[in-house]
Amino acid sequence: MSKFQFPPSIISRPVYGTLEARAGKQHLMIADAEGAEALLDLAAPELMARSHIIFISRGTDYAERLKALSPQQFYEGPTYAASVSRIRRVLQDAHMGLQVYLAGTEGLMGQAQNEAMQAGIPHTAIQTEHRGSTARRMQCVHCKGITEDVAIDPFQCAHCGLNLFVRDHYSRRLAAYQGVCIDAEDPGNVPAAKGIYE
Amino acid sequence: MSGAEKIAVRVAEVTALNALVTRFRFEPVGGGLLPTFSGGAHTVVEMQDGEVKRLNPYSLMSDPFDQTAYTISVRRDDEGRGGSLFMHENVKVGDEMVISNPVNLFSLDLRARKHLMIAGGIGITPFLAQIKQLDRAHGNWELHYSCRSEALGSYVDYLTATHPNDVNVYYDDQKQAIDLENLLDGQPLGTHIYVCGPKGMINWVRAKADALGWPREAVHYEEFLAPQPGKPFEVKLAVSNKVIQVGEQESLLEAMERVGVDAPYLCRGGACGMCETRVIDYAGNFIHRDHWLEDDEHASGEKIMPCVSRFEGKTLVLDR
Amino acid sequence: MTLQFNDETFREDYSFHNSQRAINRFPFPFDKDSYMYAVNMEQHRGGPADSVYEKRFDVDEHYVSEMRDRALVLADDPLRCQSLPHMTLAGWDLLELIMVSKSEDYPDLFQLHRNGDQWHWINKPLGIDDTFTFMDETTLPYGPMEYITRQAQGDFCVLDQRDDNLWMDAGTVTTQADWSLDFDIGMNFFEWHAPVPLAHEKGIFVRALKFLLNIQQGAPARRLNWTMTVNPLLDTSPENYHKWGVQKGTITPENIGAKQHLRVELQTFYRLPRSNALVFPIRCYLCAFQDIVTMPKWGRRLHRVIRDLPEELATYKGFIDNRPMMLDYLSKFDDGLPTSNGIWPEKDSEPPLQV
Ligand code: HEM
Ligand code: FES
Repeated sequence: MSKFQFPPSIISRPVYGTLEARAGKQHLMIADAEGAEALLDLAAPELMARSHIIFISRGTDYAERLKALSPQQFYEGPTYAASVSRIRRVLQDAHMGLQVYLAGTEGLMGQAQNEAMQAGIPHTAIQTEHRGSTARRMQCVHCKGITEDVAIDPFQCAHCGLNLFVRDHYSRRLAAYQGVCIDAEDPGNVPAAKGIYE
Repeated sequence: MSGAEKIAVRVAEVTALNALVTRFRFEPVGGGLLPTFSGGAHTVVEMQDGEVKRLNPYSLMSDPFDQTAYTISVRRDDEGRGGSLFMHENVKVGDEMVISNPVNLFSLDLRARKHLMIAGGIGITPFLAQIKQLDRAHGNWELHYSCRSEALGSYVDYLTATHPNDVNVYYDDQKQAIDLENLLDGQPLGTHIYVCGPKGMINWVRAKADALGWPREAVHYEEFLAPQPGKPFEVKLAVSNKVIQVGEQESLLEAMERVGVDAPYLCRGGACGMCETRVIDYAGNFIHRDHWLEDDEHASGEKIMPCVSRFEGKTLVLDR
Repeated sequence: MTLQFNDETFREDYSFHNSQRAINRFPFPFDKDSYMYAVNMEQHRGGPADSVYEKRFDVDEHYVSEMRDRALVLADDPLRCQSLPHMTLAGWDLLELIMVSKSEDYPDLFQLHRNGDQWHWINKPLGIDDTFTFMDETTLPYGPMEYITRQAQGDFCVLDQRDDNLWMDAGTVTTQADWSLDFDIGMNFFEWHAPVPLAHEKGIFVRALKFLLNIQQGAPARRLNWTMTVNPLLDTSPENYHKWGVQKGTITPENIGAKQHLRVELQTFYRLPRSNALVFPIRCYLCAFQDIVTMPKWGRRLHRVIRDLPEELATYKGFIDNRPMMLDYLSKFDDGLPTSNGIWPEKDSEPPLQV
């Protein structure tokens, strides 16, 4: 699958790279869906022997191929929410020098990056590679509710029902883009929704 | 540089610790209280050494919350520019001196789960203040301190007596050395390293941490950016038709102000661009210190920021 | 001079008003007839008598009512005041800075008595008389930053300094020009400025950050920023934008002079000693167009600035749709005469409006 080229944007919007093996005794890899392909590209036997892979399948069937890489530890979870307590547990015992690799959707990478940052790894030291869906995790600035996998703009907040404009302004702490009421100045005047990158 | 007020102090104690290191205690002139500071901060001490005015930075080692006095420790350096010799040989109890407000270029990362401190020789001084700050906040820290010999181990007795479980001392002459690889291996996530000591030690720790996969942001080291007094130079001001001398301790901007030339400024820190001045003619070298001009402008010889930048050479004519 | 505090509101019936003194000392932000983003910073060491620059933290006739408005905002939405755990020390630094400054600068309004760690703080305008132990959170009703910023006009961002950057790790923000503290918490200097147009390309933020990182204890700095607000609404937050956004459409040629306000932020920068953090107080001053144009120089100049402002800035500041109506109104106060340099009104020397 070819990688999506995000258009250039403002500075707060995350920029993703290409995963590369780094020095370190322990390696934690977290991926969802097509993110598995980035791990498959990265895999080398010496690296895998020291790697813990946490894979969130979201209905895809990459798990067997990842397992075949013989990582030191492998876990497959259905969703991020189901996997997050395990991620926390792994980070709790980890040591400085741990290398973190994230691959897949923006929502997955943002949330996992946040866990790693909370555990004490600066965000600049965490590698990311985008694969798969370009949908966004979005916070409604009004009600603070978070909606996953937002692909269209404007969209209706799943929590409070306001029609939101999808901004590029991004908060690492919330792992979310900002949604702002689009018809505040002219209530009811809501343009037709289209894909965020259309 | 950015015009902070200076502090007038009186030398209250001079204590020789060993063959190389002497401690000075400064109290504010006229009673009152000194500003608090953060562990790792230094002060710039002004010394009037005959004709020469010297400005040397020294780490503050006293309790950051103690506003009655500051203490510094000065290691005698027989080869250096002479500031430490002046401190050792000329400064006596009762002398009045001028010091800068505290400046911190080596501050603790207060988010750290654990602070791992590595000191070499006189590099111990900022840690003395940081330890006091961390103890007050019940912080988690550990010190590894390497000295030449027991005789030259400044503050070893004090540290090991007050913190027997957190302080580890290594003497070069007893062939003891920090086992860095083992020390860095297995530190919990969220540990920050702080290193202060000779350049070689700083490089050693940074390289080892890098090889072990530590993030750059988790390794802190003390790097003094002492305000170097510039050499005096002469400037011709074309518009006001004046020739002025810029002294070693004043900026070009201050020199212009001294002779009553109305020169614009805002930040006095080389950032705002307000004082930008056109160069009409020159023969010599600019010492550009501003953040305002681009590299090619610096190279062009057409502009100077008089609030921070200087000049060395025969002729400088400005459009002022 | 004893200060009379207005009893006024910044919402619903908008009874906010400026006295003649407040208009005279309004920090008009334009020193010439055009405006573009610049690194407009200078030292903050006092200023002309009775100007907003004179004291470290200006206290004016709106103090009591502004603090009442802040309490309402915080009651509605506690997320407007946040402090990450490592910022508590900076909160104490800020509490000390404000208490010491206000008690020294306004001894008739504020008093601070310190006996070691035992501090006694008296805030007469707000009727507060508290004794607490410095550095002991349990002796205050709120965290130190929240406690003191409930008693100080303007927003406060408290920035941690590390890795050659500033990080927005704490703040109390209830009078903001349409940005969200809750969203920006944890961002660095470049990230929280990301939405600003043109200034990144002009290198303004790179230079400004270098200057800020070098701000030293005892050497605070300041700058002015501005935008436009319909009605004297302090809380123009994104959080409530779906409620106040409609007000932008309520101005008419008849009411614009009273309803349209120039909103000026006096921003200052102080190094905090114990934490090495930086505090960024953002003090908001509002002035209705009809009050601004009573100063002939300001009327002339405001018209020219708004007329010539680049479209990107008018859009970012949120008044592009209302600009034509503003210009219709303001043009009546611009007779084409030259203006003197500087922000001060120069009422005595500037010629009256020629009609
Ligand atoms: C460290 C202290 C500072 C903080 C906390 C701060 C914060 C902010 C915030 C939150 C915004 C709104 C951004 C948005 O649209 O979401 C903003 C806007 C802006 N800031 Fe800063 N700022 C600081 C210092 C500075 C400095 C030193 C400068 C320039 C010299 C500057 C220039 C600007 C400009 C030009 C805007 C756009 C304002 C407008 O057009 O209305 N800021 N700032
Ligand atoms: S005064 Fe600001 S750059 Fe010189």
